[in-house]
Amino acid sequence: MTLAAQTPLKVSIAATVASVLLVLVVFELIRSRRLQERYALLWLLTGTTLVVLSAWRGGLNTIAAWFGVRGYPPAVLFAVGLLFVILVLLHYSTVISRLSDQNVVLAQRLALLETRLSEAEGGREASTAGR
Amino acid sequence: MSADDVRRIAIVPAYNEERNIGRVLDELRAFDAGLEVVVVSDGSFDRTAEIAAEHGAHVVQLPFNLGIGGAVQTGFRYARENGYDLVVRCDGDGQHDPSELPKVLAPVLAGEADIAVGSRFAGADGYRSSAPRRIGIRLLALVVSAIARQRVTDTTSGFQALNRRALELFAADYPHDYPEVEGMVMTIKHRLTLCEVPVRMREREHGQSSITALRSIYYMTKVFVALFVGLFRRSVLPAEDV
Repeated sequence: MTLAAQTPLKVSIAATVASVLLVLVVFELIRSRRLQERYALLWLLTGTTLVVLSAWRGGLNTIAAWFGVRGYPPAVLFAVGLLFVILVLLHYSTVISRLSDQNVVLAQRLALLETRLSEAEGGREASTAGR
Repeated sequence: MSADDVRRIAIVPAYNEERNIGRVLDELRAFDAGLEVVVVSDGSFDRTAEIAAEHGAHVVQLPFNLGIGGAVQTGFRYARENGYDLVVRCDGDGQHDPSELPKVLAPVLAGEADIAVGSRFAGADGYRSSAPRRIGIRLLALVVSAIARQRVTDTTSGFQALNRRALELFAADYPHDYPEVEGMVMTIKHRLTLCEVPVRMREREHGQSSITALRSIYYMTKVFVALFVGLFRRSVLPAEDV
């Protein structure tokens, strides 16, 4: 039996640095209030998962072996990263859908209120003019 | 200073509480006839708003569900715009017993605290809750106590009294989910004084609490992330400028 392929140290270091950076950027965005916690959780989960998988070479090699990735274990990083990107995008699609629904409701409420207001004002003017 | 000299309002957030809201409002009236009440109906699709209006409350009907933080903040903004000096928060589900209100109001009226929180756990009276929920509540109390450098026991209690200073702060900036937890930390960070008073709370009479097990875990994670990040955040509005 040949030895299963190992994750090169340089790849591990580079991937760890990149995913730690991701976590730090997300953290700073929350801190400066440009990102709400509710939309940051999935990003934090993505970042920490990638940090763990990148830094822990033994784990990455084992997981790669489970999935039959014999040639190049860091391929698992791509797969996991892609999976999370898909999840984040799907989540945002649902968020956008909700926001556009709410936008319609807001526009309708605003327009109805404007109409009610102008009709109320118009009604008063009409009654004074009639005197 | 007695309560009668102060313009005071109760903020009652309610989401589909048609079965509880009428009784809550009647009890608030019975406790204090001079207390105005604003019910913030958080996108309810039952008769909550109508019943609240019939029972003499001001009603703000939100066009869709904002969640507890957004709903309560709407109430704070209503109170600020209409010049109230004293605010009490009381949930629309009947959990908060209006006969306990004087206890919550007392420290704020006496000028001993900017915000007083009715705590289920500060006193001897046992409040029953499921084990995971109790553990979560304990954990939150520990973390918030450490951050606030002040012992608190009930970080999720919405039974609170606030003076104008606290009202200005929360009208300007209020967290979204489990707002009471982060709200406590904000209060301390803005150098407002907070105190807890022991109160009894009742079990819900009708309907379900809006918080299920899975959502609790999600909210807890989010609250801990928020608390942790909050440690690295300078307060946005210094208390002096509020």
